[in-house]
Amino acid sequence: MRIGVVTFPGSLDDRDAQRAIRIAGAEPVALWHGDHDLHGVDALVLPGGFSYGDYLRCGAIASLSPIMTEVIDAANKGMPVLGICNGFQMLAEAHLVDGGLIRNDSGTFICRDQRLRVESTSTAWTGGFSTGQEITIPLKNGEGGFIASAETLARLEGEGQVVFRYLDVNPNGSLNDIAGVSNARGNVVGLMPHPEHAVEPGFGPDTPAAMRSGIDGLTFFASVIERSLVGA
Amino acid sequence: MTDTAASPSVSTSAVSTSAGRGVADTVTNAIATPEKEQPYGALGLKDDEYASIREILGRRPTSGELAMYSVMWSEHCSYKSSKNYLRQFGQKVTPAMKKNLMVGMGENAGVLDVGEGWAVTFKIESHNHPSYIEPFQGAATGVGGIVRDIISMGARPVAVMDALRFGAIDDPDTARVVHGVVSGISFYGNCLGLPNIGGETVFDSVYQANPLVNALSVGVLRHEDLHLANATGAGNKVVLFGARTGGDGIGGASILASDTFSEGGPTKRPAVQVGDPFAEKVLIECCLELYREKLVEGIQDLGAAGISCATSELASNGDGGMFIELEKVLLRDPSLTAEEILMSESQERMMAVVAPEKLEGFLAVTAKWDVETSVLGEVTDTGRLIIDWHGEEIVNVDPRTVAVDGPVYDRPVTYPTWIDALQADSASALPRPTDADTLRLQFLTLLGSPNLADPSWITDQYDRYVMGNTALSTPDDGGMIRVDEESGLGFAIATDANGRYCQLDPYRGAQLALAEAYRNVAATGAVPAGVSDCLNFGSPENPEVMWQFGQTVEGLSDGCLELEIPVTGGNVSFYNQTGDVPIHPTPVIAVLGVIDNVAKRVPSGWQDDGHNIYLLGITREELDGSAWAGVIHDHLGGRPPSVDLGREKALAGLLHAASQEALIDSAHDLSEGGLAQALAEAVLRFGVGARVWLGDIVERDGIDTSVALFSESTGRVIVTVPREDDVKFRGLCEGRDYPVLRIGVTDATAPGIEVQDQFTVTLDELAARHRSTLPAAFAN
Repeated sequence: MRIGVVTFPGSLDDRDAQRAIRIAGAEPVALWHGDHDLHGVDALVLPGGFSYGDYLRCGAIASLSPIMTEVIDAANKGMPVLGICNGFQMLAEAHLVDGGLIRNDSGTFICRDQRLRVESTSTAWTGGFSTGQEITIPLKNGEGGFIASAETLARLEGEGQVVFRYLDVNPNGSLNDIAGVSNARGNVVGLMPHPEHAVEPGFGPDTPAAMRSGIDGLTFFASVIERSLVGA
Repeated sequence: MTDTAASPSVSTSAVSTSAGRGVADTVTNAIATPEKEQPYGALGLKDDEYASIREILGRRPTSGELAMYSVMWSEHCSYKSSKNYLRQFGQKVTPAMKKNLMVGMGENAGVLDVGEGWAVTFKIESHNHPSYIEPFQGAATGVGGIVRDIISMGARPVAVMDALRFGAIDDPDTARVVHGVVSGISFYGNCLGLPNIGGETVFDSVYQANPLVNALSVGVLRHEDLHLANATGAGNKVVLFGARTGGDGIGGASILASDTFSEGGPTKRPAVQVGDPFAEKVLIECCLELYREKLVEGIQDLGAAGISCATSELASNGDGGMFIELEKVLLRDPSLTAEEILMSESQERMMAVVAPEKLEGFLAVTAKWDVETSVLGEVTDTGRLIIDWHGEEIVNVDPRTVAVDGPVYDRPVTYPTWIDALQADSASALPRPTDADTLRLQFLTLLGSPNLADPSWITDQYDRYVMGNTALSTPDDGGMIRVDEESGLGFAIATDANGRYCQLDPYRGAQLALAEAYRNVAATGAVPAGVSDCLNFGSPENPEVMWQFGQTVEGLSDGCLELEIPVTGGNVSFYNQTGDVPIHPTPVIAVLGVIDNVAKRVPSGWQDDGHNIYLLGITREELDGSAWAGVIHDHLGGRPPSVDLGREKALAGLLHAASQEALIDSAHDLSEGGLAQALAEAVLRFGVGARVWLGDIVERDGIDTSVALFSESTGRVIVTVPREDDVKFRGLCEGRDYPVLRIGVTDATAPGIEVQDQFTVTLDELAARHRSTLPAAFAN
């Protein structure tokens, strides 16, 4: 399976997403924001970072990059797309998922090992989890507060499009403790925490078993690979 | 000092007015009007310095030349007060110290061979004065500047850390500075995508009106990718790329960094640079692609003194000649004069030397990254740096006279009048607790004191995960980064300084900082390999400060010689004082070590139940300058703890052997706050408790319980050892003749920390004491 990772000017976790894909057993394909070409990939990751320096609004300028025409088209046709942190902000700006992200209620950037509950396993990226599973994934952002209108929020909750919820601490003031959502079809998932930073023992979050040993993020990538095998 | 207190906007307009509206002062004009008065005083030059510029040129300088000399001869750029001392670092070396040193002092950053074809470059640098005036931008551009130094060596930056000193935590102005500095570092470093893996935060009223922001960056490169910034090869193009040049930071180098803040003086805000980390991130990727495609001969970053510095340094380090057409500089503000363009410290700019046949390829890469580029001129073999402005020559100098052969001062030195009395006032006279309740209370008071409290409120605002190679970071003793994903080769780095020790005895204080950083790196399992230092002091015009400085450099260079690790570079920051009260001497020492496989790294706390806790080293009654004396008694006096660098070396060897054989699963250095603090931090690291007894220490070392807990004797580390490795570990210590004592056992069922026959503190209480201080002061 070939999974594309789009690099925008100011992308930071693009190489980390590529590493995660490689560790999970798929082939990472580096894509450039200025091209109108997805190079035949089977799935896409919009990585974290500060694309365009977060100027205007986080993800707003990147959502208008040339390659986004192809990304939106592919997403609408059902290609699995994962937006991580800044990538989630781009998905929201491109209206591929509902809601928006605002400045953390603390007013500061926050980096922490965040516990999450998996609320939906029927997306392209979460099939390998069990519903209600509790996982730990690093969170690091300044503008991760999830907001949506009451109506949208009710629909997301009602339709099972809330995919992850913060546990223990709501680190940024997100409504309903929402950490990640999907589109109605479930092929597009966006979340603020960084699964690509919990894929390799020694470099992930701490766990009770050992320092930096958390690899819960691997299941995101394993899920989409498994799905493609089943689909094939 | 009224001359240097003039505001920078006044100073620069004085220059441009003297040149006439829009028409620059040319060399021809300078020859024709030899007696014209020039505002050299407002630019920070002394009478004799101005006279020697006239002598070098054989005429008066043009206003452009005056601008260049004034910034390049400032203390910040020329090291004129410290040069004579810094030579010691180059003199006190052994062949072993040179063995892995690929690039030493004097370049943008030092480079160490770390094996397997990899090299590491690192440097720590101050951005103190800008960070007091405008904390957010000052700290942000401090990060930006040090990262550009790393890129100019051909390396990819892979980590940052910061050593911060603020005023008293409860002073009303401290929160302003803390919020600004921390959010500035967070904003810039996070946006660059560099993990922040450690550093220090200290609060002390001596830094009230003079905070210290020392930023460190580390980069990695393959040996063959090493680049030096020099302009060689006549006919090669000189290209400026990155952000446009604006009016920010003009005169920053000469006026900000080289002048003491005077109360009631005019605001200096316009001379602080403004940072754009997005532009820098793009510039990093652009430079790395230029190196990868072999499209550049060398790249010099633009920092202090901007184009003046870049052109004169590139030319001095190369063939010696360069011709520049200054009107080709792309401007953010078209009204800038030639002198202002020469002095501007606009951020996120680089200057490259490019072979003519590679220029097209170069421009294609900068275009890909949307980086604006202009070809300013070329390298020549004339030995002169010539700068034209719209066809007229405004600078014609020997670049070495600007960048290399600046003034050097042997400043007067005086043994401080107050130091004997200070050293005589030992903490041994202070009352020490004898009952368990008081011990417990003091233990908790120290744990929650500003300098020993958990700094997470600060460090959680920094990304420690990005790049995916962080093997250790705060709160472990050192930060550690994997360099090679296949072999696991990596480096560890730690910074340390204790201004209180240095005030008592700067020679020993410098060695204590070195010893602590060295020990911290060794505790992670790495082998210490090199040093970078940032020497923060008061005014060099104060002879007592120069005595402190001289003692510090001597202590540090002697220490490095004994430990046999080279100083690879660093920075001196003088004029850290308000009025005539200098800060404590604060030499921040960064030690970098190498580890063959980061999988062998050792954390600072224990995770497992039932492991033995050992104390390595001897505890003496050494409370002078300690956190205990400062926090409990508000006392600073006496002589700081003794240092035995030979023992430190032996301890580092022991820790390395133990980590290589996987005999220890945690190691934590004992320093500020002593054993008490180390034990509390080791429990809090993973939330696993411990039972500890002090009786054996008290008996063996002939001290009392409070000394056992709070002394800051050096050469000490606590380690935990799995039971099955106990015999082997003890054997290792005996074989190396290092004192070792079993002082406790980890216990997952213990409520927290249980000090036998003394007191117990639950995990919750430890955490509450340790973690509440900074949020209470700063979280809104």
